[in-house]
Amino acid sequence: MPHDHHDHLSPSGHPYRQDDDTPLSYWQSMEIAVRELLVEKNITTLEEISTQIDKMDARGPALGAAVVARAWVDPAFKSRLLKDGSAASGEMGFDVGPMHLIALENTADTHNIVVCTLCSCYPRNLLGLPPDWYKSRAYRSRTVKEPRKVLSEFGVNLPNDTQIRVHDSTADMRYVVIPARPSGSEDLSEEDLAKLVTRDSMIGTGLAMMPNA
Amino acid sequence: MATQALDNNVLPVGAKVRIRSIMPPGHVRAPAYVRGKTGDIERVIAPFKNPEQLAYGLPAAEQILYRVSFSAVELWGDEAENPEDRIEAEIYAHWIEELETANAT
Repeated sequence: MPHDHHDHLSPSGHPYRQDDDTPLSYWQSMEIAVRELLVEKNITTLEEISTQIDKMDARGPALGAAVVARAWVDPAFKSRLLKDGSAASGEMGFDVGPMHLIALENTADTHNIVVCTLCSCYPRNLLGLPPDWYKSRAYRSRTVKEPRKVLSEFGVNLPNDTQIRVHDSTADMRYVVIPARPSGSEDLSEEDLAKLVTRDSMIGTGLAMMPNA
Repeated sequence: MATQALDNNVLPVGAKVRIRSIMPPGHVRAPAYVRGKTGDIERVIAPFKNPEQLAYGLPAAEQILYRVSFSAVELWGDEAENPEDRIEAEIYAHWIEELETANAT
């Protein structure tokens, strides 16, 4: 009997995934052409491009969490953040680049949630790359229409007397939510508070974690 | 932000406005679900070069960017989940028709 190759399973027991070889799209070809031209004409270099990619990858929700924790412990900083989000984040030493940031504060009776219905605008300088669901058609179309249902699917059930403010990031501004500071966190340091601030809590699809949770 | 530098044509916070009900093609920044709807100016942001022209490499005039706040009922009628909920969007001046001027807050 010939040896059974099990050629649909890898040695790990998982099925092999098909290679996703497809021809380059028009825009992928365009990107390669423009990149090569820019390098050829000495306008940029491959090293410079790699450095920028590294910088982009180094940004993540920890930056936003540090800003939120500062706002929780420093009321003067919080009012500067609410007045001009970019300037206040820059104050903490973060490279906000050309980002125009609006910070939105969750309170006892207001919950903020951010969406970009037209594309996928996201405060990348502060939160890094957006999660895939943020760019999905379902999140983008449903959040403006049925935010409570969307929130419940994230495990966030808000009482009816909490007002929801949905912020559609349609143009030049980017948004970060300052989640409510959880009860029981009064004695935590700014550094430990930052650990309670999740990415989703800054998009508004989550709440800050409870201490010792 | 930066409102002092702007001229008298700037709408005050609280002004009742209607978003133009037009359907031009291209890189427009007013989402379809607010067109023809009434809301109020939540804040005046600042003038920006009009992205609807910038997107095509055209000379772009500066337009004031506002945030307009809509009630869920105005946008969705009976299907609104909660009448107190608000939806707020950034809308450029050239998309906005003033209905009446409320007192600036």
